[in-house]
Amino acid sequence: MASGIKDKVAILGMGCSKFGERWGDNADDLMVEAYTEALEDSGIETSQIEMAWLGTAIEEQHVGKSAVPLAMALRLQYIPVTRVENYCASGTEAFRGAVYAVASGACDIALALGVEKLKDTGYGGLPQRSRGSVADLVWANASAPGSFAQLATAYSAKHGVPAEDLKRAMAHISVKSHDNGARNPKAHLRNRIDEDKVMNAPMIAEPLGLFDCCGVSDGSACAIVTTPEIARSMGKTDLVTVKALQLAVSNGTEAQHNSWDGSYFKTTRAAAQRAYKEAGIAKPRDQISMFEVHDCFSITELVTMEDLFISPEGGAVKDIMDGFYDADGKVPCQIDGGLKCFGHPIGASGLRMLYEMYLQMQGRAGERQRSQEPVFGMTHNLGGFPHQNVSSVTIVGKEGA
Amino acid sequence: MEVGILRFGGYVPQSRLQRAEILKAHGWFNPGLRGLAKGERAMANWDEDPITMAFEASRDCLAGRDRDDISALYMASTSFPFLDRQNAGVVASALDLGSGVQTIDLASSQRAGTSALSVALKTAASGDGPILVAASEKRRAKAASPLEMTSGDGAAALLVGTGDLAAKLIGAHTETTDFVDHFRSEESEYDYTWEERWVRDEGYMKIVPSAVSALLEKTGVAASDISRFCFPAANVRVAGGIAKALGIAPEAVADTLQATCGEAGTAHALILLVHALESAKPGDRILVASFGQGCDALLFEATEAVANGKGASGVSGHLARRFAETNYAKFQSFNGLVTMERGIRSEIDKNTGLSTHHRNVAMTQGFVGGKCTKCGTNQFPKSNICVNPNCNAVGTQVDEPFADKAAQVNSYTADQLTYSPNPPNYFGMIQFEGGGRLLSDFTDVFADSKIEVGMPMKMMFRVKDYDEARGFRRYFWKAAPRA
Repeated sequence: MASGIKDKVAILGMGCSKFGERWGDNADDLMVEAYTEALEDSGIETSQIEMAWLGTAIEEQHVGKSAVPLAMALRLQYIPVTRVENYCASGTEAFRGAVYAVASGACDIALALGVEKLKDTGYGGLPQRSRGSVADLVWANASAPGSFAQLATAYSAKHGVPAEDLKRAMAHISVKSHDNGARNPKAHLRNRIDEDKVMNAPMIAEPLGLFDCCGVSDGSACAIVTTPEIARSMGKTDLVTVKALQLAVSNGTEAQHNSWDGSYFKTTRAAAQRAYKEAGIAKPRDQISMFEVHDCFSITELVTMEDLFISPEGGAVKDIMDGFYDADGKVPCQIDGGLKCFGHPIGASGLRMLYEMYLQMQGRAGERQRSQEPVFGMTHNLGGFPHQNVSSVTIVGKEGA
Repeated sequence: MEVGILRFGGYVPQSRLQRAEILKAHGWFNPGLRGLAKGERAMANWDEDPITMAFEASRDCLAGRDRDDISALYMASTSFPFLDRQNAGVVASALDLGSGVQTIDLASSQRAGTSALSVALKTAASGDGPILVAASEKRRAKAASPLEMTSGDGAAALLVGTGDLAAKLIGAHTETTDFVDHFRSEESEYDYTWEERWVRDEGYMKIVPSAVSALLEKTGVAASDISRFCFPAANVRVAGGIAKALGIAPEAVADTLQATCGEAGTAHALILLVHALESAKPGDRILVASFGQGCDALLFEATEAVANGKGASGVSGHLARRFAETNYAKFQSFNGLVTMERGIRSEIDKNTGLSTHHRNVAMTQGFVGGKCTKCGTNQFPKSNICVNPNCNAVGTQVDEPFADKAAQVNSYTADQLTYSPNPPNYFGMIQFEGGGRLLSDFTDVFADSKIEVGMPMKMMFRVKDYDEARGFRRYFWKAAPRA
């Protein structure tokens, strides 16, 4: 009978590149930047890495196919290296591979690295691309902002929230994230913004304006994982262990069946329920110390508060406006600035989220350090579209908690 | 057996370009356009073409009627999207007519529409099954040409055969002559037109009365007994002049719809015929004639049941569904008259694998989904495993048509970021009455449309993408506001 992942795997070290418009760097340069930090943080050498996972989603834009690019950039030593892709949850997917390898006893030390170099398309926003030969015949002509904007009208209609109030709550989310990003030297955007600026910004996909959308950027992040025993044997203390690692994937119900009302993520709710069970968390609103969610768009963050069972259904707007999720609120969300300030180099984002949870757990988050000592940190990393997607929920925390 | 018209329908695109706007753009160059710059002309949306319009006219014509007995579909146009890939066949697939139907394209003349009707009536007289005739046109015209002013985009469809006739055919006559008033060849991009006075004096005024006289003599009907004379020429004095020459009463001359629609090429004679039938009284004698290297003339008599033949909205209904477009630059862009900077986003390859297309044509063009025979859930697309979370049965779905299902908006957005020839691209989750849903592109959303959750929509057959690199286009369905 499976017993879950709780406390079976510890994070030995992590690294994260500076995210931004890295015009002077290839994907290789970004990978090595994140990796060298992780190596130093972990205290190991390349020869000790036994298995590796590479997460990258739009590989045709930069490194190309297979896991070979990772092995070549890092000079991994002819070990098993796997490339994974699961839309924008690819970073977490790489982490899953590495964690399960260690938890299964297949290896002692594994690496997960995510990278994406998106700024070579020649235009802003995610590149337009084929959705697959059959999908191209029938899918709507949708950008990412347009797809996630669907949540707004459905949410407003379901909960009777006037469009203006929803827009203001969405604006608060972005303002809050920028306040946090301003304190993060690795973030792409470090400017503070205000609610009026967000409310009056040019429209991208109604009702999402410019500041409701995260940008595209270049970046890489990586994690080295091992068993708690091995970590302790290397002299590590105050271990950050994996408490839960859950994923849920749409099966067509949202896209084709009228049981889904368009205002939430079926997948996130399924993954969150399993994650809390796996981590032994009964009251997430009380027990989760802080979390990162996939704030590709402010509306995604808004509904995710409810999908993670931290805000009650229909209650996200009130919590947001009360500052519940602000850096000095009860349960800070995006305390590092989120996708909003880092941008979204797709393969890297899931690992960048974990990087902040890891730093916070170790008291190393500098200006952003939460004074109240965090016990459980959670990341939500989602890819696809509200009506068909992959949603991952990862919980890390102090060993034994 | 008595043969005639069983059903009649039409389609005119919703957008009506104000001719005054065309004049504003071109009056400096051709002041002569001033005389033509009254009223409005029908302007197809970027995603409409003669195939999509022929479909909408056909659907309008057949509304509520079973389609199983239809033996043939004849489509007439001088602006077919495809020169070798049967256009009528695409329309037939969208109508879900099945494979046992004779599909034929008729082209190359401004009287191809009436010729199609004439041949269909002859063939259907045998009683082997009604024939659907669709004529559809989206003529290309050079900027600042009179043709740009006087043309309109549109389509008409008539179901002809034996049985419960809305209008019976009294007789038909054709004159053929190589009178080249204008031409367009394989080498031309646009029409080449000769002097209007000569076309009128030597063409219209000589060829048409000759053909119509022959018809009246053949059928023993007096010109004074004609209740409605449908002649499609844009210049209204032409129809009036022909009527006078023949002895047809001036009040019988049908409105050419120049002020509200424009002349829709080879479809226009049939558009006028349908329009006349929509207001016909039993016993009315309706004569329709066309002009294009000769003349086809057909005479019909409305029966007691003429009102039963009317399509869902008809030409009149579609004329009433209207948006006054004042942006001539948009017309130029939609019609390839100007080179637009479309941005790098537009460079994505729109290739269609033809084997993939064929395998999925019932889904993409027929809009056929599935119904699970175990739990009754309607779903789009049809799939191997039922989507109902309480069912998930394997291999239980049968074909379920979705094209005519009523729909409503569940969520929506106006997407400014994705590339669209007509930004922003409206799209959203559409739910169908009776089950099933689709995240669907919207179309025919105009400045005065107010899109909201819950609003009723209908599905329309449209161009999904133009593959400019290969000269292909693919079709699918989009949701439009249902008035």
